[in-house]
This record gives sequence, C-alpha cells and structure tokens, in this order.
Amino acid sequence: MTDLAHLKDQYDLAVVGAGPAGLAAATLGARFGLTTVLFDEQATPGGQIYRAVTETPLRERALLGEDYWQGAKLADGFIKGSAQYVPGATVWSISHDREIGVSAGGKARLLTARHVILATGALERPFPITGWTLPGVMTCGAAQILLKSSGLGPDGKVVLAGTGPLLWLLAAQYRRAGVRIEAMLETTPRRNWLAALPYLPKFLQSRYAAKGRALLREVKASTRIERGVGAVAARGDGRLREVAYRVGRGREIRLEADALLLHQGVVPNINLASAIGCKHHWDETQLCFTPEIDEWGRSSIPGVSIAGDGGGIAGAEAATESGRLAALDAAWQLGKIDDFARDRHAGPYREALAAALYGRRFLDLLYRPAVRFRHPAGDTLVCRCEEVTAEQVLDAVKGGAVGPNQLKAFLRCGMGPCQGRLCGLTVTELIAKARKVAPDEIGYYRLRPPVKPITVAELASIPQSDAARKAVVRG
Amino acid sequence: MFRRLVEPERASVRLMVDGRPVTAAPGDSVAAALLAASVVACRTTPVSGTPRAPYCMMGICFDCLVTVDGVGNRQGCLTRVREGMVVATQQGKREVGR
Amino acid sequence: MAPDVIIIGGGLHGCSAALHLARRGATVLVLEKDYVGRHASGVNAGGVRRLGRDLAEIPLSVASMELWHRIGDLVDDDCGFEGHGHLKIAESEAELETLKARVAAVRALGFTHEALVDRRQLRELLPAVADHCTGGIWCEGDGAAQPYRTTLAFRRAAERAGAVVSEGVHVTGLRRENARWQVATADGGAHLAAAVVNCAGAWADRLAAALGEPVPLIPSAFMLMISDRRAPFIKPVVGATSRPLSFKQFANGTVMIGGGYKGALDRETNWTELDFRGLAQSAQTVADLFPVMRSAQIVRAWAGIEARMPDDIPVIGPSSTEAGVFHAFGFSGHGFQLGPISGAIIAELVTTGRTNLPIEPFRITRF
Repeated sequence: MTDLAHLKDQYDLAVVGAGPAGLAAATLGARFGLTTVLFDEQATPGGQIYRAVTETPLRERALLGEDYWQGAKLADGFIKGSAQYVPGATVWSISHDREIGVSAGGKARLLTARHVILATGALERPFPITGWTLPGVMTCGAAQILLKSSGLGPDGKVVLAGTGPLLWLLAAQYRRAGVRIEAMLETTPRRNWLAALPYLPKFLQSRYAAKGRALLREVKASTRIERGVGAVAARGDGRLREVAYRVGRGREIRLEADALLLHQGVVPNINLASAIGCKHHWDETQLCFTPEIDEWGRSSIPGVSIAGDGGGIAGAEAATESGRLAALDAAWQLGKIDDFARDRHAGPYREALAAALYGRRFLDLLYRPAVRFRHPAGDTLVCRCEEVTAEQVLDAVKGGAVGPNQLKAFLRCGMGPCQGRLCGLTVTELIAKARKVAPDEIGYYRLRPPVKPITVAELASIPQSDAARKAVVRG
Repeated sequence: MFRRLVEPERASVRLMVDGRPVTAAPGDSVAAALLAASVVACRTTPVSGTPRAPYCMMGICFDCLVTVDGVGNRQGCLTRVREGMVVATQQGKREVGR
Repeated sequence: MAPDVIIIGGGLHGCSAALHLARRGATVLVLEKDYVGRHASGVNAGGVRRLGRDLAEIPLSVASMELWHRIGDLVDDDCGFEGHGHLKIAESEAELETLKARVAAVRALGFTHEALVDRRQLRELLPAVADHCTGGIWCEGDGAAQPYRTTLAFRRAAERAGAVVSEGVHVTGLRRENARWQVATADGGAHLAAAVVNCAGAWADRLAAALGEPVPLIPSAFMLMISDRRAPFIKPVVGATSRPLSFKQFANGTVMIGGGYKGALDRETNWTELDFRGLAQSAQTVADLFPVMRSAQIVRAWAGIEARMPDDIPVIGPSSTEAGVFHAFGFSGHGFQLGPISGAIIAELVTTGRTNLPIEPFRITRF
C-alpha cells in the first residue's frame, strides 16, 4: 500500500501520469537534479498505451506488437532513475500555487511543487449510441487493457464498431491471440477521404504508413469489415444480446453479439488542467477541447506545463518528446540549466517530435468521427452517470439553459462522479448545434477540484496546520 | 464473458464475490477478475436500478463501482485483487455507513 | 424611453427588486455583468432559514419566510423549496447553555420560531447524529430550495411583469444628470433612470465608493461540497454551534456540506480557488457529527463569490449621500432566504420613500 506520509512537503517537480510523457518527463527532470515525484493511479508504470508493460502476461512480443514494447524501455529508464514514484495515487487537486492534493490508501495529504507537469493523457471520445450502457458494451481501449494487463479476451460473439487506428490495432491483436471477431463495423464517413486526401502524400512518407498498411492487410485478411456504417445500436435485456446496424441508409442488419467494442478516437483528458484554471480552446479538427500550451508545454498558469496527449492528441512517440521538452523547460525555469544547455538539449527532442508528428494530419482528418455518432437524439443516454437523455438535454436548452453550466441547474447532467468525462463533449456539441453557435463559444463544464471523488474520511485526514485551525471564520 | 488467453504464470488469487469464491490472476484488477468470472453486471445504478458493467477500464467512467472489503463505491478497475478480498456488487443507492 | 429604475446586479436580490418594482408599475432595467445567478445567488447552499439569524435580521427573515411558503404564487415556480425544518446542534452541555440563552433572547423579542430541544428530542429528529450531541435549537418550517432555479424564477417573473434584464453588461460608472442618473456601461452604453438600485453583490462596494459612501465590504468565497447519492437518512437542514456547518440531504440522496470556510478569489476574473485544509475541517465536522458519512464520496466542491460585511449583516436602505439611489447587498453568506423580502423592501423604498420593516440596523452609515 502506498504511504503518502513519507513524501516531502515540497518537490522541485511533480509529474502527474506515468504514461510515455510522464515517464520521460520525470526521468529527465530527475537527471537534471530536480527533486522529482511522479504520481499515477495505476499500480505499475506505462499509462494506458503502455499499460502493464512491466508485468503483462502476454510475453510473446509479436502479439501486442513492437510499438507497445517501446514502453518497456521508458519504464525501465524511469525506475532506474532517481524520481520518486508514487503508484496507486490519485491527484485530485492542484492550486495556482501548485499545492497538490493527493490520495492513496484511503488517506489524503497536501504537498507543493515548484513546477508541475500534467501528463494525464487521453481518454476515449464518448460514443453515445442506443444501449451503450448495457453490460457487454465497452470501449476498444477497455478491451485492450483487459488484454494487456490480464491476458483476457472476450468470449462468444464479438463485434467492433467505430473509426480510428485503435480499432485496427485491437482487431490485429485479437487475431494474433485467437479471438474471433464477428464483424468490424467501420463508421468512417466516406467524405472524410476528400478532406484527408491532400495530406496523403505526407502520410505515405511517414512512419505511420507502413505500420498502417501492414495492420490493414492483416485485419482485412481475417475479419469481416463493413464500411460506411451509418448507425449502430446495442440491444438486450440487462445485457448485450444483439448489435443492429445500417450501412449508409440501408436496411437494418442484426448481429447476435456478446461483446460490442466501441472506439471513435481519443481526446485529451482535461479535467485536472481545467480545474487548475488552464485556458483551453476548441479544436475543430479533433473536435475536442485542448489546453493552450506553447512549444515547451507551458500552460496559461505559470509553473504548470502539460505534456503528451493531454496537451493535444499526437500519439506515444510525440508524447515522449513533449515530456522531455517540458522537463527541460522546468529545469531551466528552476535555474538548474542555462539557456544554452536548454536549447542544446532541446534540439534532438524537437527533431524527434517533428518526426513523430509528421503525417498525422491525414489520420486526424480521415478518422474524424461522423456527426451522427457525436450528436445523439431521443432517449439515447448522454450522461451515463445521471442517466440523462439527449432529448432531456435539448428540452433544457429550449427551456433556457444556454450552456453546459446552466444545464446543471435544470438537469443533473454532468454532476455525477465522472465529472463530465463521458458526456462533456456531447453536451457542448448538442448545445452548440441547438443554439447555432460555435462550440468554442458554448464552452465546457466549469470543472473544479476534486477532479475525482474523495471520501469524507480521506478529506478529513488531511493534516492541518495550527494557522489553518485558527483561521476558521463563522458564517 | 472474458476468457484467459494465456495461463497466469504466478499462483492465482482467491477472493469472494457476492459470497461465492472466485479465482483471479495476481495482476488482475477487481473489474478484470469479475469479467473473467462471468459476472455480467457489477452494479445497478442509483438513479434507475439499471445494470452496469465496466466500460472504460481506466478509471474514468465510474461504472465499475463495487464494494471491496466493506468499503463501497470503489472503482474496481483501479483496485488490484488480493488474497482473501471480499467483493460485493452494488445495488442502487449506497447505504450510508458502508 | 428611460426606465424608472435601473438595478445593478442580476442576482437574487436584483431580480427580486425588479419583480416587486415591476409589479408596482415601475419600468425596470436590470444590468448584469455576467449572467443571472452566476455568483453567490446561483451557487449557494440554498438554506431557507430563520434559525440562528442576527437579531436585527429576524423581522425581515420572518416576513420573507411567509413569502417562501407561498413562493409558487409569487414567482410561478416552487423553486424546489422543501420545509423539513432546521436544527442547530449542541455538542456539549456548555454549547446547549449557549443555545438556551439564544432561544430566550429571541423569545424576549416576541418571536417563537426557535425552540430548544433536548437529547431525546434531538435523536427523534436526527437518528443518525453522534452520541456526544446534547440537544439543539429546532426551527419548524425552515428548509431549503434550489438557488439557481429560484434566481431564474424571480428573473422570469420580473420579465413577465415588464422588467428588462440585460446580461453581459458591465456597469463602469454612475453620474447624476440633473434629476436623473446616468449609468455608464463597458460597451460604451449610457442608461438614464430616475432611480438606481445597487444589488451588485461582491462588487457593490465600488458603486458605494463612487457615491461617496465607501463600505468595508469583504469579497468572500464560501466553499461548498456535495456527496454521491446516499440512502435517505436525514430530513432537516443541520448546523452546529461552535463549528461552522451547513448540512442537508436532497431528495435525490446527495448530501450538501457547507459552512463558514472560505477559499480564495479574484474579483476581476471571477476565479475562485478552494482551500482544502478548510474543506478538511468541514469534513472532520461532518465525520464527528454524523459518523455514517465517513464513507460518503465528495463528488464536487466549489465556491461562489459573495459579499461579507464585517458585522455579518447586509446593507439595505437608501443611499446616505445621494437621492434616488438605494442599496441591497452584503448578505454575508445568508442572503438567499432574504431574497423575496429584500426586493419588496427596495420596491417600497423606491416608490414611497419608506418601509414598514425595521431596516435601521442595515443602514450604510453604520461603518
């Protein structure tokens, strides 16, 4: 059990998240002599993309693929370094002065850092279809996590649905592991090709092309793929029984199914950055809110940097380099290195970052999810936690809720424990469409700490100073 | 619902789920162990009593909430199995005091 | 056509004043710099109580409570008001003595809404309360409502009565133009009116200063927390005696925890920052008084921007320096219940120059 009591009251650098960006940042920060601490919710390093890389039961390298095993090097470098590692810990608050609230083992405490790097990564875009809350329906990411960390594959009839590289990667991994897939329902809108085509030449020259081609070939050879799927629904009585879909506007086709795995891209996990007060803007290509950061990852809050997918979706290799750049900048800001050393070290990282970004725009545009899968209607659930439907959201807008925060006064939409992670983007887009206003103008839920629920007991366990006790004013 | 694609290398972990014994692999999260044990729904929602199961497996959907060793509303996907652990699926509104 | 009255501030007090004035036939314009209910009015604990008020506030609070019990008639919305009573808990014999003295003082003024309860009666009302609690003050008919919904309801009722509410309009100055007032706004606008009402909450001191009657207003960020859904275990709203606490369970099972703990704020940017050591003390109070809450999850915390006055009672009344200007601000964390009546008082003052309710203690010149 992680014990927070042994942590220092102050660190030079605190990193949140042990994915590629966080691992790279913490390792480098410590190498430059910064007292560094890395907090992560999981029990072992790797984040989501390199989940369980130090302990996966799937040892045969070809199954998960070489890209995954890159994570082992990063994790190894980190563990051998001098950063303090705090697994099983949830950071639920960071103030403007970089006071960090963290919980582990049922206890909470506060500590400060002179610089913070948020590497909270990405989460899957909501995929609000009929029946998406049925047991048996989960994200492709979830299925992949079960595969990596427990060597588990779905039993019975498996259907994949959505758009994006992860769909293909999972299908390939399942094929290698002997998991049969009934069908892959590919929802990429055909018109995306038009927008993506101008960027195809660059993509073909990039590292992603060969990998992508190989993956597509492997999956197409063994899996039934339905393209141009325009509607997907999950049906069942208390659990998934069948998946219904249409190709374009064709007739409804039903498949018996035990597992439906959904994916339509990933978006930055912005709850912590948002709760701190970092400025965000709407990215119309990636259809999500992204933090405003500069080329060092500095956010709009001094002393708080953002690295990795949490600062904008760009993949694991880009995340690694952006983590290093943020750590470099932190070391410079804290006076450990001068301008010259900083820029000298930055050179190779920037080159590697540029190479990692090269060719990605094609994928961003090709796999941009269709409107019909982002704008649910009727009694499709928008807010899973509080069971609020699309129709209820739209009625509330008609009733005067002009944005996501006013919505909270009419409905409990967004007020459950997930803090909008699974409904926020849908809500913003639905309100934007209803009011004929850009999503950037509509904004997002006003997020505050704690960014994850903490118990009354945990909160009460925060050590007090005498000054704080005396400062209580009666209301 | 989910099956082991490889045999776990280390000794399995035994836990109790709703009063019945379940075997898990040492690196499993409680959520993974439940799915491997064919537990279809780990809870019913407080709003409508509808069954739910783990959705994201990464700690953000809060659908995998279970009671672990008497403490309720624990995210099963963020809780590692331990020998002798007692897990209970959750029904509706949480009773105060658990 | 220039309105009769410009109200600065679209919180509950501003919208209440707008409603009462419009119903008296005045043309009203409300200028709100953000949106209606954006600040303290929309995000407070929703407590609707007479219990525990400063003695000066009691007559106003009692009158306001009568309006609350008919709120549906007043604004065509029940505002989510539920009156399951308020309880102030004593945790020791000494605290109970304090409460006893308090009840006596209130009764001496002729008010009977507060009643002392002993150990046994306390447990009948609050079965889940901790063993060490010795009794309390019980106020039947007090309760809670939904703050944002209430503020919006007053706004809509005011608009139905003819008031105009403009949002996103930031007042930057106030100047007398012969017999009228000219209110300047950040968008370059200039609005004329015969009377001006200052309901600008945590920003009201700036207007007061511009009028030559500065006040020591303290912008404050009162913190609140809300839990996940729990099986119903408490009906009344609960407070404590020597520790700050406001504790209530909603019909949906969630529990709201408030009290006197403050966070930090920036009036320029509307930014508030929570102080977790303060929230930790709040959590400790809850854990001490209701041990069953220890395992409750805090799902969200927040702080609104409120105006506190050093003596913890509001400023209500006419300007001391200028004719045709009136104030209703500084409600110090407990203005929600007074919303219905404060607007009525302002409307009386603006249209007749006087009010029946005793507002002397709230005069702006008392500092």
